[in-house]
Amino acid sequence: MSMMNIFNVSGSAASAQSQRLNVVASNLANADTVAGPDGQAYKARQVTFQTQLVGAQNDPTAAGVKVSSISEDQTAGRRVHDPKHPSADADGYVTYSNVNAVEEMVNMISASRSYQNNIEVMNTAKSLLMKTLQMGQ
Amino acid sequence: MLNRLTDTLDFQAQALSLRSERQRLIASNIANADTPGYVAREMNFAQALKEATGTASGAAVLKTSQAGHIGGGADGTVASNRSAEANLAYAAPSQTNLDRNTVDMDRERASFADNTVKYEATLRFINSNVRTTLSAITGQ
Repeated sequence: MSMMNIFNVSGSAASAQSQRLNVVASNLANADTVAGPDGQAYKARQVTFQTQLVGAQNDPTAAGVKVSSISEDQTAGRRVHDPKHPSADADGYVTYSNVNAVEEMVNMISASRSYQNNIEVMNTAKSLLMKTLQMGQ
Repeated sequence: MLNRLTDTLDFQAQALSLRSERQRLIASNIANADTPGYVAREMNFAQALKEATGTASGAAVLKTSQAGHIGGGADGTVASNRSAEANLAYAAPSQTNLDRNTVDMDRERASFADNTVKYEATLRFINSNVRTTLSAITGQ
């Protein structure tokens, strides 16, 4: 049943996209944090997708997705001059996280659209399978 | 005589199986729309159907002389895998992408809808064929 594999393919993609959405959510939540638990300012995280064959015997027509790694953006954080802030350094500068809110919003909409696409594929496959089950009646 | 009844059904069954394979292929493309470096695949449906139903002119079939040999024609799984592999092509990208991903979501969505309708059409052909045969058997 090659149709059954569609749920594996689209399901893995939906799960990967929801992980990306999770990372976007934590980036946006930490957009204004000053220091994390390690004393460093929060660094924006980004997921990397990789193709993962989910069918039998490495069938190239059943290509799912997995999150291969989550990387941290190493660019310098936003620095604001605020000598009265408790986390200010010797020069009076406070280092905020390096999250770019606009970039994250774009990322969020892209992830949500891809998620919706995969759910729609699964719905179509499900209705086709239901019709196939009623074959000959 | 009986094979005349089932010949059409066989053809539609092969078509249905290929349609479901193509559906999975397009689902894979849609799933990998955000994967860097993924190259979209597309199936040569007409050629695949010709090979699956044995009406292809140039289909290579391995000759077997022993029972244990893996044949290219009669053995269903091997033949379908071979033909599915052979008829996979890489879709030409219409726009370049920075991460070398060649999935065109508009095209994939259109192909997916097209394949869905044709799968349902094949299902209806099979159903009406079964109904015709049944009414012929019962004679009513």
